[in-house]
Amino acid sequence: MMTETQSMAAPSAVLERQKRAKFRRNMFYLALIVVGLVAPFLAYPVFLMKVLCFALFACAFNLLLGYAGLLSFGHAAFLATGGYVTGYLLASYPGLTPELGIIAGTLLATLLGVLFGVLSIRRQGIYFAMVTLAIAQLVYFMFVQAPFTGGEDGLHGVPRGELFGFISLSSNLAMYYFVFAIFIFGFALIQRTVHSPFGQVLKAIRENEPRAVSLGYNADAYKLVAFVISAGLAGLAGSTKTVVFQLASLTDAHWHMSGEVILMTLLGGVGTLLGPLMGAGIVVSLQHILAQSPLGNWVSVILGIIFVICVLSFRSGIVGELDKMYRKNFK
Amino acid sequence: MSANDVLQGPVLETRGLTKEFRGFTAVDDVNLQVQEGHIHALIGPNGAGKTTVFNLLTKFLPPTRGDILYRGHSITSKKSNEIAQLGLVRSFQISAVFAHMTALENVRVALQRKLGTSFHFWKSEKSLDHLNERALELLEEVGLREYADTLTVEMPYGRKRALELATTLALDPTMMLLDEPTQGMGAEDVDRIVALIKRVSQGRTVLMVEHNLSVVSRLCDRITVLARGAVLAEGDYETVSRNPLVREAYMGSDAAEEEGVTV
Repeated sequence: MMTETQSMAAPSAVLERQKRAKFRRNMFYLALIVVGLVAPFLAYPVFLMKVLCFALFACAFNLLLGYAGLLSFGHAAFLATGGYVTGYLLASYPGLTPELGIIAGTLLATLLGVLFGVLSIRRQGIYFAMVTLAIAQLVYFMFVQAPFTGGEDGLHGVPRGELFGFISLSSNLAMYYFVFAIFIFGFALIQRTVHSPFGQVLKAIRENEPRAVSLGYNADAYKLVAFVISAGLAGLAGSTKTVVFQLASLTDAHWHMSGEVILMTLLGGVGTLLGPLMGAGIVVSLQHILAQSPLGNWVSVILGIIFVICVLSFRSGIVGELDKMYRKNFK
Repeated sequence: MSANDVLQGPVLETRGLTKEFRGFTAVDDVNLQVQEGHIHALIGPNGAGKTTVFNLLTKFLPPTRGDILYRGHSITSKKSNEIAQLGLVRSFQISAVFAHMTALENVRVALQRKLGTSFHFWKSEKSLDHLNERALELLEEVGLREYADTLTVEMPYGRKRALELATTLALDPTMMLLDEPTQGMGAEDVDRIVALIKRVSQGRTVLMVEHNLSVVSRLCDRITVLARGAVLAEGDYETVSRNPLVREAYMGSDAAEEEGVTV
Protein backbone atom coordinates (compact mmCIF):
# COMPACT_ATOMS: atom_id res chain seq x y z
CA MET A 1 0.00 0.00 0.00
CA MET A 2 1.12 3.54 -0.67
CA THR A 3 2.39 5.74 2.07
CA GLU A 4 0.81 9.09 2.76
CA THR A 5 3.66 11.17 1.37
CA GLN A 6 3.78 9.17 -1.83
CA SER A 7 0.09 9.53 -2.39
CA MET A 8 0.20 13.27 -1.83
CA ALA A 9 3.11 13.73 -4.17
CA ALA A 10 1.80 11.34 -6.77
CA PRO A 11 -0.34 13.44 -9.11
CA SER A 12 2.18 16.18 -9.86
CA ALA A 13 5.11 13.77 -9.97
CA VAL A 14 3.24 11.53 -12.35
CA LEU A 15 2.34 14.47 -14.54
CA GLU A 16 5.93 15.59 -14.56
CA ARG A 17 7.09 12.10 -15.46
CA GLN A 18 4.52 11.86 -18.24
CA LYS A 19 5.61 15.20 -19.59
CA ARG A 20 9.23 14.15 -19.69
CA ALA A 21 8.37 10.81 -21.26
CA LYS A 22 6.37 12.62 -23.90
CA PHE A 23 9.22 15.00 -24.62
CA ARG A 24 11.63 12.08 -24.95
CA ARG A 25 9.22 10.31 -27.26
CA ASN A 26 8.84 13.34 -29.48
CA MET A 27 12.61 13.76 -29.68
CA PHE A 28 12.91 10.11 -30.58
CA TYR A 29 10.39 10.44 -33.39
CA LEU A 30 12.15 13.55 -34.61
CA ALA A 31 15.43 11.64 -34.71
CA LEU A 32 13.74 8.85 -36.65
CA ILE A 33 12.42 11.33 -39.18
CA VAL A 34 15.91 12.76 -39.63
CA VAL A 35 17.25 9.23 -40.13
CA GLY A 36 14.49 8.65 -42.67
CA LEU A 37 15.39 11.83 -44.51
CA VAL A 38 19.10 11.04 -44.88
CA ALA A 39 18.69 7.28 -45.34
CA PRO A 40 18.46 7.28 -49.17
CA PHE A 41 21.97 8.76 -49.31
CA LEU A 42 23.30 5.88 -47.24
CA ALA A 43 21.33 2.94 -48.59
CA TYR A 44 19.69 1.87 -51.81
CA PRO A 45 16.40 3.85 -52.02
CA VAL A 46 14.41 1.04 -53.66
CA PHE A 47 15.31 -1.26 -50.79
CA LEU A 48 14.30 1.42 -48.28
CA MET A 49 11.00 1.93 -50.06
CA LYS A 50 10.31 -1.77 -49.87
CA VAL A 51 10.99 -1.66 -46.14
CA LEU A 52 8.69 1.32 -45.70
CA CYS A 53 5.85 -0.25 -47.67
CA PHE A 54 6.02 -3.44 -45.66
CA ALA A 55 6.46 -1.48 -42.45
CA LEU A 56 3.24 0.39 -43.17
CA PHE A 57 1.54 -2.91 -43.94
CA ALA A 58 2.80 -4.37 -40.66
CA CYS A 59 1.81 -1.25 -38.71
CA ALA A 60 -1.72 -1.53 -40.11
CA PHE A 61 -1.84 -5.18 -39.13
CA ASN A 62 -0.49 -4.37 -35.68
CA LEU A 63 -3.28 -1.85 -35.09
CA LEU A 64 -5.67 -4.75 -35.34
CA LEU A 65 -3.71 -7.44 -33.48
CA GLY A 66 -1.96 -5.29 -30.93
CA TYR A 67 -4.64 -2.78 -30.08
CA ALA A 68 -7.90 -4.55 -30.88
CA GLY A 69 -6.72 -8.09 -30.13
CA LEU A 70 -7.93 -9.41 -33.49
CA LEU A 71 -5.74 -11.80 -35.45
CA SER A 72 -6.58 -11.41 -39.11
CA PHE A 73 -5.22 -14.03 -41.45
CA GLY A 74 -6.41 -12.30 -44.55
CA HIS A 75 -4.59 -9.02 -44.70
CA ALA A 76 -2.90 -9.92 -47.98
CA ALA A 77 -6.28 -9.32 -49.64
CA PHE A 78 -6.15 -5.63 -48.75
CA LEU A 79 -2.52 -5.23 -49.77
CA ALA A 80 -3.26 -6.85 -53.12
CA THR A 81 -6.52 -4.98 -53.69
CA GLY A 82 -4.78 -1.67 -53.14
CA GLY A 83 -1.98 -2.75 -55.45
CA TYR A 84 -4.13 -4.09 -58.28
CA VAL A 85 -6.58 -1.22 -58.30
CA THR A 86 -3.82 1.39 -58.35
CA GLY A 87 -1.82 -0.58 -60.92
CA TYR A 88 -4.79 -1.08 -63.19
CA LEU A 89 -5.89 2.54 -63.04
CA LEU A 90 -2.43 4.00 -63.59
CA ALA A 91 -1.67 1.61 -66.44
CA SER A 92 -5.00 2.14 -68.23
CA TYR A 93 -5.49 5.86 -67.74
CA PRO A 94 -2.23 7.65 -68.51
CA GLY A 95 -3.69 10.99 -67.46
CA LEU A 96 -4.18 9.81 -63.91
CA THR A 97 -1.64 11.11 -61.39
CA PRO A 98 -0.10 8.58 -58.98
CA GLU A 99 -1.61 10.08 -55.83
CA LEU A 100 -5.12 9.70 -57.28
CA GLY A 101 -4.34 6.11 -58.20
CA ILE A 102 -3.14 5.47 -54.66
CA ILE A 103 -6.21 7.10 -53.13
CA ALA A 104 -8.48 4.99 -55.33
CA GLY A 105 -6.63 1.80 -54.38
CA THR A 106 -6.79 2.70 -50.70
CA LEU A 107 -10.52 3.44 -50.88
CA LEU A 108 -11.29 0.13 -52.52
CA ALA A 109 -9.24 -1.74 -49.95
CA THR A 110 -11.15 0.14 -47.26
CA LEU A 111 -14.47 -0.89 -48.79
CA LEU A 112 -13.27 -4.47 -48.97
CA GLY A 113 -12.34 -4.07 -45.30
CA VAL A 114 -15.94 -3.13 -44.50
CA LEU A 115 -17.14 -6.28 -46.26
CA PHE A 116 -14.57 -8.52 -44.52
CA GLY A 117 -15.30 -6.89 -41.20
CA VAL A 118 -19.06 -7.23 -41.38
CA LEU A 119 -18.70 -10.91 -42.19
CA SER A 120 -16.02 -11.78 -39.65
CA ILE A 121 -16.12 -9.41 -36.68
CA ARG A 122 -18.68 -11.35 -34.67
CA ARG A 123 -16.38 -14.34 -34.52
CA GLN A 124 -13.67 -14.56 -31.93
CA GLY A 125 -10.12 -15.90 -31.81
CA ILE A 126 -9.32 -18.71 -34.20
CA TYR A 127 -12.74 -18.49 -35.87
CA PHE A 128 -12.13 -14.87 -36.74
CA ALA A 129 -8.74 -15.79 -38.22
CA MET A 130 -10.30 -18.61 -40.24
CA VAL A 131 -13.11 -16.47 -41.63
CA THR A 132 -10.66 -13.78 -42.73
CA LEU A 133 -8.41 -16.41 -44.30
CA ALA A 134 -11.34 -17.94 -46.17
CA ILE A 135 -12.52 -14.64 -47.61
CA ALA A 136 -8.95 -13.68 -48.49
CA GLN A 137 -8.66 -16.94 -50.44
CA LEU A 138 -11.82 -16.04 -52.34
CA VAL A 139 -10.27 -12.70 -53.18
CA TYR A 140 -7.09 -14.46 -54.29
CA PHE A 141 -8.96 -16.70 -56.72
CA MET A 142 -10.87 -13.72 -57.98
CA PHE A 143 -7.56 -12.02 -58.80
CA VAL A 144 -6.30 -15.17 -60.52
CA GLN A 145 -9.36 -15.23 -62.79
CA ALA A 146 -10.16 -11.56 -63.29
CA PRO A 147 -9.08 -10.19 -66.69
CA PHE A 148 -7.68 -6.91 -65.42
CA THR A 149 -5.06 -8.41 -63.08
CA GLY A 150 -3.04 -10.19 -65.76
CA GLY A 151 -3.55 -13.51 -63.95
CA GLU A 152 -0.34 -15.38 -63.23
CA ASP A 153 1.74 -12.74 -65.02
CA GLY A 154 0.54 -9.82 -62.96
CA LEU A 155 0.50 -6.19 -63.99
CA HIS A 156 3.82 -4.96 -65.33
CA GLY A 157 5.11 -1.58 -66.34
CA VAL A 158 2.77 0.50 -64.20
CA PRO A 159 3.93 4.08 -64.84
CA ARG A 160 5.09 6.02 -61.81
CA GLY A 161 3.91 9.21 -63.47
CA GLU A 162 4.12 12.66 -62.06
CA LEU A 163 3.02 13.46 -58.54
CA PHE A 164 0.25 16.12 -58.58
CA GLY A 165 0.94 16.29 -62.33
CA PHE A 166 4.28 18.06 -62.10
CA ILE A 167 6.76 16.23 -59.85
CA SER A 168 8.30 13.35 -61.78
CA LEU A 169 8.67 10.21 -59.70
CA SER A 170 10.95 8.48 -62.16
CA SER A 171 13.96 9.22 -59.99
CA ASN A 172 14.18 6.87 -57.04
CA LEU A 173 15.05 9.70 -54.70
CA ALA A 174 11.86 11.65 -55.46
CA MET A 175 9.89 8.43 -55.19
CA TYR A 176 11.51 7.68 -51.85
CA TYR A 177 10.47 10.95 -50.27
CA PHE A 178 6.93 10.45 -51.51
CA VAL A 179 6.84 6.98 -49.97
CA PHE A 180 8.39 8.33 -46.78
CA ALA A 181 5.66 10.97 -46.55
CA ILE A 182 2.98 8.31 -47.03
CA PHE A 183 4.55 6.18 -44.35
CA ILE A 184 4.63 9.06 -41.90
CA PHE A 185 0.99 9.79 -42.67
CA GLY A 186 0.02 6.17 -42.03
CA PHE A 187 2.13 5.89 -38.91
CA ALA A 188 0.77 9.16 -37.52
CA LEU A 189 -2.79 8.03 -38.18
CA ILE A 190 -2.18 4.82 -36.25
CA GLN A 191 -0.47 6.68 -33.43
CA ARG A 192 -3.40 9.05 -33.22
CA THR A 193 -5.97 6.26 -33.39
CA VAL A 194 -4.27 4.45 -30.52
CA HIS A 195 -4.20 7.64 -28.45
CA SER A 196 -7.71 8.87 -29.15
CA PRO A 197 -11.07 8.58 -27.40
CA PHE A 198 -11.69 5.72 -29.79
CA GLY A 199 -8.37 4.14 -28.81
CA GLN A 200 -9.37 4.24 -25.15
CA VAL A 201 -12.56 2.32 -25.82
CA LEU A 202 -10.70 -0.10 -28.06
CA LYS A 203 -8.22 -0.72 -25.27
CA ALA A 204 -11.05 -1.28 -22.81
CA ILE A 205 -12.62 -3.80 -25.18
CA ARG A 206 -9.32 -5.62 -25.58
CA GLU A 207 -8.82 -5.69 -21.81
CA ASN A 208 -12.30 -6.88 -20.92
CA GLU A 209 -14.92 -7.07 -23.61
CA PRO A 210 -17.95 -8.03 -21.48
CA ARG A 211 -17.24 -5.16 -19.11
CA ALA A 212 -16.92 -2.69 -21.98
CA VAL A 213 -20.26 -3.93 -23.30
CA SER A 214 -21.82 -3.56 -19.86
CA LEU A 215 -20.69 0.06 -19.89
CA GLY A 216 -22.79 0.53 -23.00
CA TYR A 217 -20.24 0.17 -25.76
CA ASN A 218 -21.12 -1.82 -28.83
CA ALA A 219 -17.89 -3.80 -28.98
CA ASP A 220 -18.44 -5.16 -32.47
CA ALA A 221 -18.87 -1.69 -33.94
CA TYR A 222 -15.58 -0.51 -32.41
CA LYS A 223 -13.75 -3.57 -33.63
CA LEU A 224 -15.23 -3.05 -37.08
CA VAL A 225 -13.93 0.50 -37.26
CA ALA A 226 -10.47 -0.67 -36.19
CA PHE A 227 -10.62 -3.40 -38.80
CA VAL A 228 -11.58 -0.97 -41.55
CA ILE A 229 -8.81 1.49 -40.64
CA SER A 230 -6.35 -1.37 -40.64
CA ALA A 231 -7.60 -2.64 -44.01
CA GLY A 232 -7.44 0.83 -45.52
CA LEU A 233 -3.85 1.34 -44.40
CA ALA A 234 -2.88 -2.10 -45.67
CA GLY A 235 -4.40 -1.06 -48.99
CA LEU A 236 -2.43 2.16 -48.90
CA ALA A 237 0.75 0.13 -48.42
CA GLY A 238 -0.15 -2.07 -51.38
CA SER A 239 -1.00 0.87 -53.63
CA THR A 240 2.26 2.61 -52.79
CA LYS A 241 4.23 -0.56 -53.34
CA THR A 242 2.73 -0.95 -56.81
CA VAL A 243 3.81 2.56 -57.78
CA VAL A 244 7.30 1.97 -56.42
CA PHE A 245 7.92 -1.34 -58.19
CA GLN A 246 5.65 -0.57 -61.15
CA LEU A 247 4.26 -4.02 -60.59
CA ALA A 248 1.27 -5.74 -59.02
CA SER A 249 1.36 -9.50 -58.77
CA LEU A 250 -0.35 -12.46 -57.17
CA THR A 251 2.43 -12.71 -54.57
CA ASP A 252 0.73 -9.91 -52.68
CA ALA A 253 -2.60 -11.71 -52.62
CA HIS A 254 -1.24 -15.10 -51.60
CA TRP A 255 -1.81 -16.26 -48.04
CA HIS A 256 1.99 -16.37 -47.61
CA MET A 257 1.78 -12.61 -47.49
CA SER A 258 -0.79 -12.70 -44.69
CA GLY A 259 1.61 -14.97 -42.82
CA GLU A 260 4.59 -12.78 -43.52
CA VAL A 261 2.95 -9.73 -42.00
CA ILE A 262 2.17 -11.71 -38.86
CA LEU A 263 5.82 -12.74 -38.73
CA MET A 264 7.01 -9.16 -39.13
CA THR A 265 4.69 -7.89 -36.43
CA LEU A 266 5.46 -10.62 -33.91
CA LEU A 267 9.19 -10.40 -34.55
CA GLY A 268 9.26 -6.66 -34.03
CA GLY A 269 6.83 -6.66 -31.13
CA VAL A 270 3.07 -6.76 -31.29
CA GLY A 271 1.28 -3.89 -29.56
CA THR A 272 4.29 -1.61 -29.77
CA LEU A 273 4.22 1.30 -32.18
CA LEU A 274 7.72 0.77 -33.52
CA GLY A 275 7.78 -3.03 -33.50
CA PRO A 276 6.24 -3.53 -36.93
CA LEU A 277 8.73 -1.09 -38.47
CA MET A 278 11.58 -3.02 -36.91
CA GLY A 279 10.08 -6.38 -37.89
CA ALA A 280 9.50 -5.32 -41.48
CA GLY A 281 13.04 -3.96 -41.67
CA ILE A 282 14.52 -7.23 -40.45
CA VAL A 283 12.42 -9.51 -42.62
CA VAL A 284 12.91 -7.47 -45.79
CA SER A 285 16.65 -7.13 -45.12
CA LEU A 286 17.01 -10.86 -44.54
CA GLN A 287 15.15 -11.66 -47.74
CA HIS A 288 17.34 -9.18 -49.56
CA ILE A 289 20.61 -10.47 -48.15
CA LEU A 290 19.73 -14.15 -48.41
CA ALA A 291 18.51 -13.78 -51.99
CA GLN A 292 21.99 -12.71 -53.02
CA SER A 293 23.81 -15.35 -50.98
CA PRO A 294 24.21 -19.06 -51.72
CA LEU A 295 21.47 -19.67 -49.14
CA GLY A 296 18.94 -18.07 -51.49
CA ASN A 297 16.65 -21.09 -51.59
CA TRP A 298 16.55 -21.33 -47.85
CA VAL A 299 14.86 -18.00 -47.14
CA SER A 300 11.60 -19.55 -45.93
CA VAL A 301 13.41 -22.06 -43.73
CA ILE A 302 15.62 -19.43 -42.13
CA LEU A 303 12.68 -17.08 -41.55
CA GLY A 304 10.76 -19.99 -40.11
CA ILE A 305 13.55 -20.79 -37.67
CA ILE A 306 13.80 -17.17 -36.62
CA PHE A 307 10.05 -17.10 -36.10
CA VAL A 308 10.15 -20.19 -33.90
CA ILE A 309 13.01 -18.78 -31.84
CA CYS A 310 11.16 -15.50 -31.49
CA VAL A 311 7.91 -17.06 -30.34
CA LEU A 312 9.67 -19.42 -27.93
CA SER A 313 12.22 -17.12 -26.34
CA PHE A 314 11.22 -13.51 -26.71
CA ARG A 315 7.50 -13.41 -26.98
CA SER A 316 6.99 -9.70 -26.89
CA GLY A 317 9.22 -9.22 -29.92
CA ILE A 318 12.41 -7.23 -30.26
CA VAL A 319 10.96 -3.82 -29.45
CA GLY A 320 8.81 -5.33 -26.73
CA GLU A 321 11.83 -6.95 -25.09
CA LEU A 322 13.90 -3.79 -25.40
CA ASP A 323 11.07 -1.86 -23.83
CA LYS A 324 10.89 -4.32 -20.94
CA MET A 325 14.66 -4.12 -20.44
CA TYR A 326 14.51 -0.35 -20.46
CA ARG A 327 11.71 -0.31 -17.90
CA LYS A 328 13.56 -2.73 -15.65
CA ASN A 329 16.93 -0.99 -15.72
CA PHE A 330 16.23 2.69 -16.18
CA LYS A 331 13.12 3.37 -14.15
CA MET B 1 -36.67 3.19 2.07
CA SER B 2 -39.00 0.27 2.57
CA ALA B 3 -41.99 2.51 3.18
CA ASN B 4 -42.57 3.72 -0.36
CA ASP B 5 -42.68 0.40 -2.13
CA VAL B 6 -46.37 -0.38 -2.14
CA LEU B 7 -47.86 1.90 -4.74
CA GLN B 8 -45.14 2.13 -7.35
CA GLY B 9 -44.79 -0.38 -10.13
CA PRO B 10 -41.60 -2.40 -10.34
CA VAL B 11 -38.56 -0.91 -12.05
CA LEU B 12 -37.55 -4.25 -13.35
CA GLU B 13 -39.83 -7.15 -13.88
CA THR B 14 -39.51 -10.58 -15.45
CA ARG B 15 -42.42 -12.64 -16.63
CA GLY B 16 -41.94 -16.35 -17.05
CA LEU B 17 -38.23 -15.94 -17.65
CA THR B 18 -36.78 -19.26 -18.72
CA LYS B 19 -33.40 -20.41 -19.97
CA GLU B 20 -32.72 -23.89 -21.19
CA PHE B 21 -29.33 -25.25 -22.17
CA ARG B 22 -29.86 -28.36 -24.28
CA GLY B 23 -32.60 -29.77 -22.14
CA PHE B 24 -31.19 -28.53 -18.84
CA THR B 25 -33.35 -25.79 -17.41
CA ALA B 26 -31.05 -23.32 -15.68
CA VAL B 27 -33.71 -20.71 -15.07
CA ASP B 28 -37.26 -21.93 -14.76
CA ASP B 29 -40.23 -19.60 -15.13
CA VAL B 30 -38.90 -16.84 -12.90
CA ASN B 31 -41.21 -13.95 -12.11
CA LEU B 32 -39.17 -11.27 -10.44
CA GLN B 33 -40.22 -7.80 -9.43
CA VAL B 34 -37.70 -5.24 -8.27
CA GLN B 35 -39.17 -2.13 -6.69
CA GLU B 36 -37.83 1.35 -7.20
CA GLY B 37 -35.23 2.35 -4.63
CA HIS B 38 -34.85 -1.13 -3.21
CA ILE B 39 -31.75 -3.11 -2.63
CA HIS B 40 -32.98 -6.47 -3.77
CA ALA B 41 -30.97 -9.61 -3.19
CA LEU B 42 -30.96 -12.73 -5.25
CA ILE B 43 -29.69 -15.63 -3.19
CA GLY B 44 -29.57 -19.37 -3.49
CA PRO B 45 -27.20 -22.31 -3.38
CA ASN B 46 -24.50 -22.81 -6.00
CA GLY B 47 -25.94 -23.63 -9.38
CA ALA B 48 -29.31 -22.11 -8.51
CA GLY B 49 -29.16 -19.91 -11.61
CA LYS B 50 -28.49 -16.53 -10.03
CA THR B 51 -25.74 -15.49 -12.42
CA THR B 52 -27.72 -16.90 -15.34
CA VAL B 53 -30.61 -14.63 -14.35
CA PHE B 54 -28.14 -11.73 -14.38
CA ASN B 55 -26.90 -12.72 -17.79
CA LEU B 56 -30.45 -12.93 -19.05
CA LEU B 57 -31.44 -9.57 -17.61
CA THR B 58 -28.48 -7.87 -19.26
CA LYS B 59 -28.79 -9.93 -22.43
CA PHE B 60 -25.39 -11.56 -22.17
CA LEU B 61 -27.52 -14.64 -22.76
CA PRO B 62 -30.72 -14.73 -24.79
CA PRO B 63 -33.70 -16.11 -22.84
CA THR B 64 -35.44 -19.20 -24.18
CA ARG B 65 -38.82 -17.85 -23.11
CA GLY B 66 -40.27 -15.03 -21.12
CA ASP B 67 -40.24 -11.30 -21.06
CA ILE B 68 -38.13 -8.68 -19.29
CA LEU B 69 -39.63 -5.29 -18.58
CA TYR B 70 -37.78 -2.20 -17.50
CA ARG B 71 -40.02 0.62 -16.32
CA GLY B 72 -42.94 -1.11 -17.98
CA HIS B 73 -41.27 -1.47 -21.39
CA SER B 74 -40.05 -4.73 -22.76
CA ILE B 75 -36.27 -4.91 -23.14
CA THR B 76 -36.25 -8.55 -24.12
CA SER B 77 -35.09 -7.83 -27.65
CA LYS B 78 -32.43 -5.26 -26.79
CA LYS B 79 -28.69 -5.84 -26.95
CA SER B 80 -26.40 -5.76 -23.91
CA ASN B 81 -24.89 -2.39 -24.70
CA GLU B 82 -28.33 -0.87 -25.34
CA ILE B 83 -29.49 -2.05 -21.93
CA ALA B 84 -26.52 -0.31 -20.36
CA GLN B 85 -27.45 2.83 -22.24
CA LEU B 86 -30.90 2.69 -20.64
CA GLY B 87 -29.23 3.02 -17.24
CA LEU B 88 -29.18 -0.62 -16.24
CA VAL B 89 -25.56 -1.38 -15.51
CA ARG B 90 -24.19 -4.68 -14.26
CA SER B 91 -21.01 -5.81 -12.59
CA PHE B 92 -19.39 -9.21 -12.80
CA GLN B 93 -18.64 -12.03 -10.42
CA ILE B 94 -14.94 -11.79 -11.02
CA SER B 95 -13.72 -8.24 -10.73
CA ALA B 96 -14.14 -6.67 -14.14
CA VAL B 97 -11.62 -3.91 -14.56
CA PHE B 98 -9.43 -2.86 -17.44
CA ALA B 99 -6.17 -4.21 -16.07
CA HIS B 100 -3.67 -2.29 -18.16
CA MET B 101 -5.30 1.06 -17.74
CA THR B 102 -4.93 3.31 -14.71
CA ALA B 103 -7.74 3.62 -12.18
CA LEU B 104 -8.47 7.05 -13.57
CA GLU B 105 -8.68 5.75 -17.13
CA ASN B 106 -10.98 2.95 -16.00
CA VAL B 107 -13.49 5.45 -14.70
CA ARG B 108 -12.95 7.85 -17.54
CA VAL B 109 -13.68 5.30 -20.21
CA ALA B 110 -17.14 4.98 -18.66
CA LEU B 111 -17.56 8.75 -18.44
CA GLN B 112 -16.51 9.38 -22.01
CA ARG B 113 -19.46 7.53 -23.53
CA LYS B 114 -21.76 10.48 -22.91
CA LEU B 115 -19.45 12.77 -24.91
CA GLY B 116 -20.41 10.95 -28.06
CA THR B 117 -16.86 11.13 -29.38
CA SER B 118 -15.96 7.53 -28.71
CA PHE B 119 -15.67 6.71 -32.41
CA HIS B 120 -13.46 9.74 -33.08
CA PHE B 121 -10.16 8.08 -33.86
CA TRP B 122 -8.75 11.31 -35.25
CA LYS B 123 -9.13 13.24 -31.98
CA SER B 124 -6.47 13.47 -29.33
CA GLU B 125 -6.79 11.77 -25.98
CA LYS B 126 -6.42 15.23 -24.53
CA SER B 127 -10.04 15.86 -25.47
CA LEU B 128 -10.88 13.57 -22.55
CA ASP B 129 -8.84 15.45 -19.99
CA HIS B 130 -11.74 17.60 -18.86
CA LEU B 131 -13.36 14.42 -17.55
CA ASN B 132 -10.47 13.81 -15.17
CA GLU B 133 -11.95 15.98 -12.47
CA ARG B 134 -15.22 14.08 -12.39
CA ALA B 135 -13.28 10.79 -12.53
CA LEU B 136 -11.23 11.84 -9.52
CA GLU B 137 -14.42 12.73 -7.65
CA LEU B 138 -15.77 9.27 -8.31
CA LEU B 139 -12.52 7.69 -7.18
CA GLU B 140 -12.67 9.81 -4.06
CA GLU B 141 -16.18 8.56 -3.42
CA VAL B 142 -14.99 4.96 -3.26
CA GLY B 143 -11.79 5.87 -1.41
CA LEU B 144 -9.41 5.34 -4.32
CA ARG B 145 -8.20 8.88 -4.90
CA GLU B 146 -4.59 7.91 -4.24
CA TYR B 147 -4.73 5.10 -6.79
CA ALA B 148 -5.70 7.39 -9.66
CA ASP B 149 -2.46 6.87 -11.57
CA THR B 150 -1.91 3.25 -10.57
CA LEU B 151 -2.27 0.59 -13.19
CA THR B 152 -5.27 -1.45 -12.16
CA VAL B 153 -3.41 -4.73 -12.46
CA GLU B 154 -1.24 -3.61 -9.55
CA MET B 155 -4.13 -2.86 -7.20
CA PRO B 156 -5.25 -5.20 -4.40
CA TYR B 157 -8.36 -7.24 -5.07
CA GLY B 158 -10.70 -5.37 -2.74
CA ARG B 159 -9.69 -2.09 -4.34
CA LYS B 160 -10.42 -3.45 -7.78
CA ARG B 161 -13.94 -4.18 -6.72
CA ALA B 162 -14.29 -0.68 -5.39
CA LEU B 163 -12.94 0.64 -8.67
CA GLU B 164 -15.51 -1.41 -10.50
CA LEU B 165 -18.20 0.31 -8.48
CA ALA B 166 -16.75 3.71 -9.29
CA THR B 167 -16.76 2.81 -12.98
CA THR B 168 -20.38 1.69 -12.73
CA LEU B 169 -21.30 4.89 -10.90
CA ALA B 170 -19.65 6.94 -13.63
CA LEU B 171 -22.55 6.00 -15.87
CA ASP B 172 -24.98 7.36 -13.28
CA PRO B 173 -27.12 4.24 -13.58
CA THR B 174 -30.71 4.21 -12.41
CA MET B 175 -30.30 0.56 -11.60
CA MET B 176 -27.22 -1.45 -10.71
CA LEU B 177 -26.93 -5.18 -10.94
CA LEU B 178 -24.10 -6.38 -8.73
CA ASP B 179 -22.90 -9.94 -9.06
CA GLU B 180 -21.42 -10.99 -5.71
CA PRO B 181 -19.78 -7.69 -4.87
CA THR B 182 -18.10 -9.06 -1.74
CA GLN B 183 -16.98 -12.39 -3.11
CA GLY B 184 -13.44 -13.38 -2.19
CA MET B 185 -12.92 -10.50 0.22
CA GLY B 186 -11.59 -10.29 3.73
CA ALA B 187 -13.89 -9.10 6.50
CA GLU B 188 -12.43 -5.60 6.50
CA ASP B 189 -12.99 -5.16 2.77
CA VAL B 190 -16.50 -6.56 3.06
CA ASP B 191 -17.45 -3.92 5.61
CA ARG B 192 -16.10 -1.19 3.40
CA ILE B 193 -17.96 -2.42 0.33
CA VAL B 194 -21.19 -2.82 2.28
CA ALA B 195 -20.95 0.76 3.52
CA LEU B 196 -20.14 1.85 0.01
CA ILE B 197 -23.08 0.07 -1.57
CA LYS B 198 -25.36 1.50 1.07
CA ARG B 199 -24.12 4.98 0.28
CA VAL B 200 -24.18 4.81 -3.50
CA SER B 201 -27.57 3.12 -3.61
CA GLN B 202 -29.24 6.33 -2.50
CA GLY B 203 -31.67 7.25 -5.24
CA ARG B 204 -30.90 4.07 -7.15
CA THR B 205 -32.22 0.59 -7.37
CA VAL B 206 -29.89 -2.32 -6.79
CA LEU B 207 -30.30 -5.96 -7.60
CA MET B 208 -27.48 -8.04 -6.19
CA VAL B 209 -26.42 -11.64 -6.11
CA GLU B 210 -24.81 -12.34 -2.77
CA HIS B 211 -23.65 -15.37 -0.86
CA ASN B 212 -22.73 -13.62 2.33
CA LEU B 213 -25.95 -13.60 4.34
CA SER B 214 -24.75 -11.09 6.86
CA VAL B 215 -24.25 -8.69 3.98
CA VAL B 216 -27.73 -9.46 2.71
CA SER B 217 -29.30 -8.93 6.13
CA ARG B 218 -27.54 -5.62 6.56
CA LEU B 219 -28.27 -4.22 3.11
CA CYS B 220 -31.28 -5.64 1.46
CA ASP B 221 -34.93 -4.59 1.54
CA ARG B 222 -36.17 -7.64 -0.22
CA ILE B 223 -34.82 -11.08 -0.97
CA THR B 224 -35.62 -13.61 -3.64
CA VAL B 225 -34.37 -17.14 -3.09
CA LEU B 226 -33.64 -19.23 -6.14
CA ALA B 227 -33.16 -22.98 -6.07
CA ARG B 228 -32.64 -25.11 -9.16
CA GLY B 229 -33.57 -22.23 -11.38
CA ALA B 230 -36.94 -21.50 -9.80
CA VAL B 231 -38.08 -19.01 -7.20
CA LEU B 232 -38.32 -20.76 -3.86
CA ALA B 233 -39.32 -17.86 -1.65
CA GLU B 234 -39.49 -14.12 -1.56
CA GLY B 235 -39.81 -11.48 1.12
CA ASP B 236 -37.74 -9.51 3.59
CA TYR B 237 -34.90 -11.12 5.49
CA GLU B 238 -37.06 -12.15 8.43
CA THR B 239 -39.68 -13.85 6.32
CA VAL B 240 -37.20 -15.60 4.09
CA SER B 241 -34.94 -16.79 6.87
CA ARG B 242 -37.89 -18.30 8.72
CA ASN B 243 -39.13 -20.15 5.67
CA PRO B 244 -38.46 -23.86 6.26
CA LEU B 245 -38.03 -24.54 2.54
CA VAL B 246 -35.30 -21.98 2.34
CA ARG B 247 -33.62 -23.30 5.43
CA GLU B 248 -33.61 -26.72 3.95
CA ALA B 249 -32.40 -25.75 0.51
CA TYR B 250 -29.91 -23.10 1.34
CA MET B 251 -29.25 -21.92 4.82
CA GLY B 252 -27.88 -25.20 5.98
CA SER B 253 -29.94 -25.21 9.17
CA ASP B 254 -29.32 -27.85 11.78
CA ALA B 255 -32.35 -29.77 10.66
CA ALA B 256 -31.52 -29.97 6.96
CA GLU B 257 -27.73 -30.20 7.17
CA GLU B 258 -26.12 -30.30 3.75
CA GLU B 259 -28.39 -32.77 2.05
CA GLY B 260 -30.62 -30.54 0.00
CA VAL B 261 -27.77 -28.24 -0.91
CA THR B 262 -25.35 -30.24 -2.97
CA VAL B 263 -26.66 -30.28 -6.50
